[in-house]
Amino acid sequence: MYIPTQITTVPDARGYFGEFGGRFVPETLMPALDELTAAYREAMADAAFQARLQELQQTYVGRPTPITYARRLSEHLGGAQIYLKREDLAHTGAHKINNALGQALLAQRMGKKRVIAETGAGQHGVASATAAALLGLECHVYMGSVDIARQQPNVFRMKLLGSNVIPVESGSKTLKDAINEAIRDWVTNVRTTFYLLGSALGPHPYPMMVRDFQSVIGMEARQQIQELAGRLPDVCVACVGGGSNAIGLFHAFRDDEQVELVGVEAGGHGLDSGEHAARFADPNIGRPGVLHGTRSFVMQNEDGQIMNTHSVSAGLDYPSVGPEHAYLRQNERAFYVAATDVEALAAFQTLCKLEGIIPALESAHAVAEALKRAPQMPKNSIMLVNLSGRGDKDLDTVIRELGARNDSK
Amino acid sequence: MSERTVQGLAAIAAMFARARNEQRAAFLPFFTVGFPTYETSLDVLTALAELDVDGFEIGIPFSDPLADGAVIQEATQVALNNGTTVKKCLQAVRELRARGVRQPILLFSYLNPILAYGLERMVEDAHAAGADGFIIPDLPPEEGSALDAACARAQMALVYFVAPTSSPERIALASQHATGFIYVVSITGVTGARTELPPDLLAFIQRVRSGTSKPLVLGFGISTPEHARQMNGLVDGFIVASALIRLGKEGVEPVRALAASLRAALASQEKNEQGGG
Repeated sequence: MYIPTQITTVPDARGYFGEFGGRFVPETLMPALDELTAAYREAMADAAFQARLQELQQTYVGRPTPITYARRLSEHLGGAQIYLKREDLAHTGAHKINNALGQALLAQRMGKKRVIAETGAGQHGVASATAAALLGLECHVYMGSVDIARQQPNVFRMKLLGSNVIPVESGSKTLKDAINEAIRDWVTNVRTTFYLLGSALGPHPYPMMVRDFQSVIGMEARQQIQELAGRLPDVCVACVGGGSNAIGLFHAFRDDEQVELVGVEAGGHGLDSGEHAARFADPNIGRPGVLHGTRSFVMQNEDGQIMNTHSVSAGLDYPSVGPEHAYLRQNERAFYVAATDVEALAAFQTLCKLEGIIPALESAHAVAEALKRAPQMPKNSIMLVNLSGRGDKDLDTVIRELGARNDSK
Repeated sequence: MSERTVQGLAAIAAMFARARNEQRAAFLPFFTVGFPTYETSLDVLTALAELDVDGFEIGIPFSDPLADGAVIQEATQVALNNGTTVKKCLQAVRELRARGVRQPILLFSYLNPILAYGLERMVEDAHAAGADGFIIPDLPPEEGSALDAACARAQMALVYFVAPTSSPERIALASQHATGFIYVVSITGVTGARTELPPDLLAFIQRVRSGTSKPLVLGFGISTPEHARQMNGLVDGFIVASALIRLGKEGVEPVRALAASLRAALASQEKNEQGGG
């Protein structure tokens, strides 16, 4: 089998995935990123660190998470056989805990007692608060006030877990601004503070480190699907905000050339509306640029100002995307499509009714792509969908959105 | 004001030579183009030029200024809401030169607006407009090679930063790549006026001096005449940003008054000159 070496060895020593990635941060943070990179490499080479992480994954997170054959959904669609990787069953209800626990262990190992995090949907905030409670770390979570309003249950969870939730009122008051504010905190308190970044973005080594901590998803799924279905899937589908659950799934399959990798961005009110977070969909809006310390695709106006995004799902509502996704797309190893708010909400309901699973609105975007794609595939084909999180946190949003849509009919 | 006979690196070198000759630090006020309006920002900068300040750092607004504190964030948002673009900022430099402003002008911008404009084109157009260099807070020397080359061709300055967290190796790296001067960040933090300068500032400056012979310009937290006086003999120059921006909402005069008091504080060791002209 041909293995494109550059795909298996990225990033390079400077944190580049081809032309994407790198480190674009104020000088104050550069030494901290060097220190973090060194500590991360030491930890990964340390059998005791690996054993501790694995022990917590098994006894605390509940790994391995299963894959579920979606029988009724597959029959309903009449095409590909659909399997769901159940990250919704991980402790705290989403894949975010995989990375949060890994980084929190690293913070502890580095002797940093204060951790900060940003959150959009609140899932990374809850995962960080959980890991901090488990390891006895002080945790502060930055969250845009718009997201606080639409993700109240997660705000309450973080507080219960002993974390301090700091509302962010600047800019669009969503994930982008929460990251700005977390970086400002880190610049100020860099000597004592570990920045627990929640997605596969930001300056090197974060995109690599987050990918590595999330790659457990794909490693498990690759083995499980072979046991359950007897072979590798034909296609893997995952939603892409920053892109951590997707890169975590894709990484294990990167050398399996016969496996198609599909990322699903937030199409919001539709690609023509301009109100979406589909960075790869419109070359006039989504272009290579630098945001939050990394070079990747960024939604920006012609003057290089970052554009506001829209998605019904807070976790996908972000104007840039992890640099490795930009790289996989450029190399045509992965393909990226979009699902609109309406399509995601329909997929949300379909999965509830046909499989008894309430997905996160983020994950519902991946399910929406499955609904489109599976009927066009032969019945003996296999589709693996990453169900990155559970949807309890989204019930208020779904009730409101469905109510509004029914009222307008 | 005297004629502007040199541009770029030569103009910046002349600025430091004059300040050194007068046994004082150079004073470089910062102001954001388009704050509170385009016209007012030009009037502020013109008024400061008439105070015989030594140079300017002129801010190009960016939607996500992650190295800046609340005061500059707000000014940036106001400027963007006013329709301030990169082109408009270059136009501002041209207008300032037409009004007779002769001091060196360094353009402050986050990297993305410059990338969107085009690196090479930006350097060419900034040079043509009469700017002398660039200060880019999210561009470390490791990532600067394309802009290094373009600025070198135009003989413009590309300023890099050192911070209290910088190792001797990183100070050497900044020294190797920076042209014009090195921007010394006084504290670990974002921009913003502070009442006290950090207690370990002298030791930090000495540490930087031992690693470079390039001029040092201190920024972050400098806001009062007393701070300005302390700059003489400590560094080659200093930047005041948030303290001036904070007053900018109220128009030209309060900004001019603070800048005048900072400029006067430097003058204690020099002959009383006839300013302006």
